[in-house]
Amino acid sequence: MATLELGLDDEVAVAPIGRKRQPGPLFWAAIAWMGFVFAAAAFGGLLPFSPTDMDMLERRAMPSALHWLGTDGLGRDELARLIQGARISLIVGLCAPVIGITIGGALGILAGYFRGRFETLVVGSMDVLLAFPPLILALAVTAYLGQSILNLTCILGVLGIPAFMRVARAATLTLARREFVIAAQALGATHPRILLRELLPNVILPLFAFFLLGVAVTIVVEGALSFLGLGVPPPVSSWGSMIGEGRESLEMAPRLAFIPAVTMFLTVLSFNLIGDTLRALTDPRQGAL
Amino acid sequence: MTEPVLLSVEGVAVDLPTPRGNLRAVDRVDLKVGAGQTLGIVGESGCGKTMLSRAILQLLPKKARLSGRVMFDGQDLATLDRECLRRLRGRSLAVVFQDPMTSLNPVLTIGTQLIETLQEHLELDGSLAKKRSVELLTAVGIPAPEQRLMQYPHQLSGGMRQRVAIAIALSCEPKLLIADEPTTALDVTIQAQILDLLAREQRRRHMAMILITHDLGVVAGRTDEVAVMYAGRVVERAPTPALFKNMRMPYTEALLAAIPKIDAAPHTLLPAISGRPPDPTRPIQGCSFSPRCRYADARCHQDKPLLIQAESPAHQYACFHPIKAAAGVSA
Repeated sequence: MATLELGLDDEVAVAPIGRKRQPGPLFWAAIAWMGFVFAAAAFGGLLPFSPTDMDMLERRAMPSALHWLGTDGLGRDELARLIQGARISLIVGLCAPVIGITIGGALGILAGYFRGRFETLVVGSMDVLLAFPPLILALAVTAYLGQSILNLTCILGVLGIPAFMRVARAATLTLARREFVIAAQALGATHPRILLRELLPNVILPLFAFFLLGVAVTIVVEGALSFLGLGVPPPVSSWGSMIGEGRESLEMAPRLAFIPAVTMFLTVLSFNLIGDTLRALTDPRQGAL
Repeated sequence: MTEPVLLSVEGVAVDLPTPRGNLRAVDRVDLKVGAGQTLGIVGESGCGKTMLSRAILQLLPKKARLSGRVMFDGQDLATLDRECLRRLRGRSLAVVFQDPMTSLNPVLTIGTQLIETLQEHLELDGSLAKKRSVELLTAVGIPAPEQRLMQYPHQLSGGMRQRVAIAIALSCEPKLLIADEPTTALDVTIQAQILDLLAREQRRRHMAMILITHDLGVVAGRTDEVAVMYAGRVVERAPTPALFKNMRMPYTEALLAAIPKIDAAPHTLLPAISGRPPDPTRPIQGCSFSPRCRYADARCHQDKPLLIQAESPAHQYACFHPIKAAAGVSA
């Protein structure tokens, strides 16, 4: 009898933790790559190369001791441009989803909790935003306000709001009917208190997993916009604009498009892997059966 | 009833608009609970027990309409403004729900949920609130309370979680505790423990309690008074010993007969109540139990019986053909 109880206790206490402590090697590889990219973006300025200095005699040079990854079509150092691109991609890729998660998350929780006319209004306006072609909106905004990193971040952030709103609202709808919310009301909790203390900690988990996915998507979209010439203004480089510039010399030097493409691919893949693993670790379904 | 009346429900009716028409979930219910007394509300699923408890707490769904008065401690809860009501909840009125799996927030620790309640209502500082939480958990019979404070609800068993829910409900010394089927989601051995715990804490704190259940066996011996509900109405109300000794309403009799008996021969058929409760969106003309009642006659299908007094003023029933003989059992 005693051993049986002991066995049960062990299982309850250890099983979820055991699963939590062992993310696969792929996860650690993703973490290592992200650490490398972040370090490069943060300390890349210390390297003795400039991303804008042109060396017209050394156009499309092969990798050498002077230029580790060679030079591009205008003789600029490829590695320095790649590092500057990492900085742009990470800034836009992280800041835009932050706008989305803040505004979209708040609207979603409020809509899911209060329901009624407010919800209809929010969901309706988000549907309008979703139905609007994103590329046209980006074009229109850059045409009026000009190309800058700030404008790019804001456009991508606003475009992300509906998706975050939907995730937050869906999670809130199921949670707001659970008894712990009624129990909180029965204990005299105010609306702000229920929203912040009871609902937010529950909703933040799926929202955060979606946030990491949003980062990956934003990096790709920023690349696509830069490729089309709607992204960061030249001569600032981003991965997308580097691929776009490399397109002109695909036959002569395919690596000029290939290197930023691989970097972007690995970074996006890493964000997805980390997001998936973190979601599995913090999955509230485990605990809330 | 010698104790002063704490809660008095007067003519309370709850209407819920549904796509199929108006649903009268609670139909003109009158109840009284004295300070320190226990009232049991018994009835099958969907008879309005939970809606009645929500009506008392003013936690009805937004679309529901409430009529009648809910007098608690001299105030009508139905007309009280939001802020006063909010202050009353938790401090004077508390509730324990049916399912301990969902009545605790899954992503906050037991400690956070308990300590915050204490800080909010009693304005205790952090260390005092923590000390009080440990005392409360000890009082509800949770071993190693200091460690439990750091755990999440999913790390506790169902019985433990219900104990925690009770601890949170008791934390501010409420005058009235509403226990809405507190043991339905638990297994039988835990049921008795939880009910005994509730009874013990009630006596110790001199707290009134409304125990809602579908099991007559649960209210027997643990309540002072029992109200039997059917289709939104109270059909019989009596002090617990009187109800079990001289039940008048055929529905009460049928409910009692439907409890499996330990001394019955194997393979005995359980005398279930045939048929189903009436559709609450289509109220029937006569007694709502008449289609399922074996004593029903033409009059039962025509007129609705009102609550009338039996031998004592405390014992009331709504039936044209009350059971005469001492058919009941002792509580």
